[in-house]
Amino acid sequence: MAGPGAAAPRSRLAVAGARATTRAMLGNQPRGDVIRNMVFAALLLLAILIALAGLIALLVQAFVKGSSALSLDLFTNGPSSIRPESAGFRPAIIGSLELIAGVILFVVPIGVGAALYLEEYADKTRWWNRLIEVNIQNLAAVPAIIYGILGLGFIVRGPLDLGFVLAAGSLTLALLVLPMVIIAAREAIRAVPDSIRQGSLALGATKWQTIRSQVLPASLPGIITGIILAVSRALGEAAPLLLVGAAAFVTFDPQPFSGGYTALPVQIYNYATRPQEEFQALAAAGIIVMLVVLLAMNSVAIWLRNRYEQRW
Amino acid sequence: MFGRGGNGGLEPAGGIPGRLQAPSRRYGEKAIQGVLALCGVLSVVTTTAIVVSLVGPTIGFFEVVPIGDFLFGTDWTPQFEPPSFGVLAIVAGTLNVTLWAMLFAIPIGLGSAIYLSEYARPRVRKTLKPVLEILAGIPTVAIGFFAVSFILPEIIQPLWPGDLFGGAVGKPFMALAAGLGIALMVVPIIASISEDAMSAVPRGLREGAYAMGATRMDVSTKVVFPAALSGIVASIVLAISRAVGETMIVVLAAGSTPNFTLNPVEAIQAMTSYIAVTATGDIPTGSISYKSVFAVGALLFLMTLVMNVISIRLVRRYREVYE
Repeated sequence: MAGPGAAAPRSRLAVAGARATTRAMLGNQPRGDVIRNMVFAALLLLAILIALAGLIALLVQAFVKGSSALSLDLFTNGPSSIRPESAGFRPAIIGSLELIAGVILFVVPIGVGAALYLEEYADKTRWWNRLIEVNIQNLAAVPAIIYGILGLGFIVRGPLDLGFVLAAGSLTLALLVLPMVIIAAREAIRAVPDSIRQGSLALGATKWQTIRSQVLPASLPGIITGIILAVSRALGEAAPLLLVGAAAFVTFDPQPFSGGYTALPVQIYNYATRPQEEFQALAAAGIIVMLVVLLAMNSVAIWLRNRYEQRW
Repeated sequence: MFGRGGNGGLEPAGGIPGRLQAPSRRYGEKAIQGVLALCGVLSVVTTTAIVVSLVGPTIGFFEVVPIGDFLFGTDWTPQFEPPSFGVLAIVAGTLNVTLWAMLFAIPIGLGSAIYLSEYARPRVRKTLKPVLEILAGIPTVAIGFFAVSFILPEIIQPLWPGDLFGGAVGKPFMALAAGLGIALMVVPIIASISEDAMSAVPRGLREGAYAMGATRMDVSTKVVFPAALSGIVASIVLAISRAVGETMIVVLAAGSTPNFTLNPVEAIQAMTSYIAVTATGDIPTGSISYKSVFAVGALLFLMTLVMNVISIRLVRRYREVYE
């Protein structure tokens, strides 16, 4: 009888034998298979490298083209159609900041509120709650320009009748990114384990107290990440603004409820459509400014997500 | 101690335990629930508002232009006298750009997804995924500018084979340039949704295949790919929907010449760029041009809605199977 001491060498023998057999089998693989596998792996790598090359080329090209126009004048000067060398983005940047402020004011309470309702209160077997859910998923994929039409037909004219003012543009952008915020906030809220809610309820907290002091703090990093991503989307969006009045040629600082306004991506579009080299450089410089802001925001969002992501 | 009924469960034995009840009716709690529900309902209001704002002017448009002329005509000349509103000309423009975009985006996006899900080491994957997300976050006006000032003159024109389809030299706008820009935009969409679907395929399936002597390529193409197919198809459908609805790239790179063709080197006008260009100009409310914007918008909304519904259903299916 083999004692416990003999088991180890025997199993080692078995492993060695299995390994030898596997090696022998793999060695017998047809050469064609090996080559096909390598080609396939190379193609996959090529695919992702092309995508990365596109990203790098875009960044480098904007920088190369825009570096000649890159100066502090961009932030202090207004647009000009005759003197591109001193033209800038001041009204557009201020317009974008005001638009974004409006978007945040609107989207944060309503987006988080809707997410809380769907995750914490809604009875999923009711048809109206399922309708809201499917509806939000659909809205998230409606083209941006359709929101422009909504803004034109419903906010600028029609029922709200605000006119072509900055507030109308802000509301249009807010409706555009609202589904993004709701979806992100829902995922963050869903990730909070039920045991935390039950613990809180068992201690006598009401449902709202539980949500306010347990669920919301625990899901806050995820919610903030979603809000940052949504705001950065709103910041870069030009198409819907074209329809609600942002295409105006504005040389003054825009006001929320009166007068014309413009936004950074729209001003970039304006410059980009002019053939002169100087305007092309201005457009590229504007893109650099916009990308720097967006990349900073996205990095914060990704960092937040990785830093505070909790595995319960 | 906590008010009436609050200790219902602690009634002396023999009595029927009362229901656990809050000491007051908690109107505040009800009010909060009501307010939150209103936030949710606002999304339905948004959809309704979209439909309402599209339907009114669209009906007005079809009172002037017969619906048959609109849907089946191939001449789009709203500025002529008399104007012609054959929407197929700009639908073809949209399809032209989408077709060439998908031709590049599907292989690149799926290749990236398989690489990330099956081949890349965890560390590589952890760095590459955020980079792709950054690409997804680049505003389309920047991609449009890149398409018209780099892809078109520096890539397409030097590499285009001679006179194929009429040649690429000397053209300031073309469908292919916008198509490649859109491909750059949707590759991250295809890659990330497909990668999610592939990662959701249980490890057991892969290990079973490896145990049978399958190579990594076999596992990727014959096990993981079919198992994740609904998610992959969903990502492609969503990408097509995004391509169809994209505005800034086509308006910058593809031109604004309605052109009933799928030729990649022609200048075209897409549905979205018609909407953007027309609505930006000073058009009087109520004019036929103003209403045509809404009619085109309604058609675009319907097209993307169908694709979105398909995509959402497919995603739900793979989530149900494996999660």
